[in-house]
Amino acid sequence: MGNLFQGYVPGTFFDEMFEPTGGVRPHYEKLLARYTGMSSDEFHKKRDLADNAFLTQGVTFTVYNDKEGTERIFPFDLIPRIIPRAEWEHVERGLSQRITALNLFMHDIYHHQKIVRDGIIPSEIIHSAAHFRPEFMGFDVPKDIYIHICGSDLIRDQNGNYLVLEDNARSPSGVSYLLENRQAMKRVFPNLFSRYLVRPVDTYCLELLDVLRYIAPHGNPDPTVVLLTPGIYNSAYFEHSFLARTMGIEIVVGADLVAQGGAVYMKTTRGLKRVDVIYRRIDDDFLDPQVFRPDSVLGVYGMVDAYRRGNVSLANTIGTGVADDKVTYYFVPEMIRYYLKQDPILPNVETYLSYFESDRKYICENLDKLVVKSANESGGYGMLMGPQSTAEQRETFRQAIEKNPRNYVAQPVVRLSRSPSFCEDHFEGRHIDLRPYILYGEKITIIPGGLTRVALRKGSLVVNSSQGGGSKDTWVLND
Amino acid sequence: MLSRVADALFWLSRYTERAENNARMMDVNLQLMLDVHPLANSQHWESIIFTLEDTKLFKKLYPAIGGDSVVDFVTFERKNPNSIYSCIATARENARTVREQISVEMWEQINRMYLFFFSGAAKGMYKNSTYEFFKWILEGSQLFQGVTDATMAHDEGWEFIRLGMFLERADRTSRILDIKYHILLPSGEQIGGNVDTIQWMAVLKSCSALEPYRKHYRGQVVPWKVVEFLVKNQTFPRSIVFCVDSLDYSIHEITGVDRGDFQFKVEAERLSGRLLADLSFVTIDEIFRTGLHEYLDRMQGRLIEISKAIYKEFCEWLDEADKKQEENEPEQLQEQSS
Repeated sequence: MGNLFQGYVPGTFFDEMFEPTGGVRPHYEKLLARYTGMSSDEFHKKRDLADNAFLTQGVTFTVYNDKEGTERIFPFDLIPRIIPRAEWEHVERGLSQRITALNLFMHDIYHHQKIVRDGIIPSEIIHSAAHFRPEFMGFDVPKDIYIHICGSDLIRDQNGNYLVLEDNARSPSGVSYLLENRQAMKRVFPNLFSRYLVRPVDTYCLELLDVLRYIAPHGNPDPTVVLLTPGIYNSAYFEHSFLARTMGIEIVVGADLVAQGGAVYMKTTRGLKRVDVIYRRIDDDFLDPQVFRPDSVLGVYGMVDAYRRGNVSLANTIGTGVADDKVTYYFVPEMIRYYLKQDPILPNVETYLSYFESDRKYICENLDKLVVKSANESGGYGMLMGPQSTAEQRETFRQAIEKNPRNYVAQPVVRLSRSPSFCEDHFEGRHIDLRPYILYGEKITIIPGGLTRVALRKGSLVVNSSQGGGSKDTWVLND
Repeated sequence: MLSRVADALFWLSRYTERAENNARMMDVNLQLMLDVHPLANSQHWESIIFTLEDTKLFKKLYPAIGGDSVVDFVTFERKNPNSIYSCIATARENARTVREQISVEMWEQINRMYLFFFSGAAKGMYKNSTYEFFKWILEGSQLFQGVTDATMAHDEGWEFIRLGMFLERADRTSRILDIKYHILLPSGEQIGGNVDTIQWMAVLKSCSALEPYRKHYRGQVVPWKVVEFLVKNQTFPRSIVFCVDSLDYSIHEITGVDRGDFQFKVEAERLSGRLLADLSFVTIDEIFRTGLHEYLDRMQGRLIEISKAIYKEFCEWLDEADKKQEENEPEQLQEQSS
């Protein structure tokens, strides 16, 4: 049995662990020393240990359209991603800046729309955004916070610079995997933790609960907080149940709640109990059949009315989807300059808007070199990976773009950074991204690190779990 | 506590208990068959299916009755909502909806049972040794009940778990006793004879009661004493009166009403209190004069009434929502923003 790193090639990408010359980066030295001595069999055993723990604990996601065994574990790679302290502080500053600007933007577009009047963002972009809710114009949300929980996906380019790929401002998922990944690593490689000073992540749930309590109506110091889930058949149900459990709050489905007299109650064995704050993991459209989709059975009839009256708070608020529209994303650096008079600390990936004629022309002429995304799809769907596409696919997208230019953006293919990952019996470089979780309450809190997602298929740049992606533990160092 | 949660905890517990009782019943009867004349075999299995009230479904699914088909039906049959397979799946599904209410240990135990049963490893183990297999299920359920007591707060939710467990257990004990009523003695055999005694011993074993019985009576296994033990023994945890006493206690813990109050604002309290009184004052002579089968049949009916009254009291308003949910099932698959 040879060294698991034997034959490892950092390649022409930015490698998280190795310098281009092949030398190990200083913050990975102790890890290298630990992993070099291992045989492939030993490593397999470690991995089985982690996988079995995930399975018994039910750390799974649901695969749709699969009758038998609808639950799968999220593939977990045992080589952690390590972020040195200074590097993380830079990321943290950038993310704080970004969420501050995004919240100012949310307030602005639901009030005076100064940013539109000052010509920074075209009015049409806002009003045609799929998740813009004109019903809430002029509405004041509790503590003036719109996006309480945000996941802004980060990637690193060829030079190791952190770039923002997209903002998830509705209900970003995945944080439970991050927390469970840490537990798994601690069980499988306990000694590594004593050699590194890794910043703990376990306080996330308490911080989240603080945020939710902070926005309680009427300044209630002891509010009843619940998590509203679509139900056990939802792909993220494990996460919903995990968060409710670790926060010690009730998890409810729409049928558990009822709105009466402008307030929301839950049905208990001792009668109705008033609910103050709802952490909802249901999209706006399904929240309340009285206001949004009338066929929704996931929500609660009359909930929005209670919300308008200020008798129940929602996290995130209604209408935050405008901020994770991929066309809005294009304007975030401008927002930062406009609202904060600062330069963006974390730049966007270079982006073209087909809404602008000159960009549209460029996009259509260079479809084979670009990644095209539709404004409101996620999970790796509704995307064209230019270099891997067929002429037919490109033509389909070209027509779609011409037909609805508002709805598309394009970016050059970013050469995502790579990290060593275990492949059968040795380590190979695989592309990764990072989803940090940002909480906005009385203060801004960012969980150290985030969820590192890895594209386990060789050469693949798509990290989504629905497309063969896995995840890694992410360590932010404290020294 | 949310009504939906109370309901899920109740059924999680009932189904786990049911899986355990099914396993024990199968194990005991498979062993009993080794002592029985092969000709009496199918009639014996038929009586088991009859007391489980599953005759109709069974006949639809299997051409002939016999040890193999009955064990398969009670253990692995997916179309049988009361098979061990279905019980474990339903218990686990209920557990999944209330994971934040139960302890990690409880969840992991029920999930482990589920994963084993569904991995295909279960059938392999069954083929290798039915004894090992049923023992594994028994121990799995007992471990679940043990960690429930040891790791979950003994609050309202726990009382609903107790309610489910004791209601189920009372029902199963009465059905196991009833099996004996349906098994005819082979011609030439005497009541109180060898075969009769072996059958009564099997009844006791099916309730884990053989040794406790012996300790209590220090003598022969005779029908009226078996009935007395399984119906009226105050200290044996699977006797009917013990179960009804325990569930009556849990109902009062949930409502917060003192057991001596006799106000009965809650119908479930009145029903369980009355059943408990009847069980306490009835004599074995009276039971046999009524007819053991008739007595047990009525018992099962009264347990069902209690179960319904509990649902009406604590969970009734779930009904309407449930109906809506079923009509629109696919809606639940709504994909969230990633």
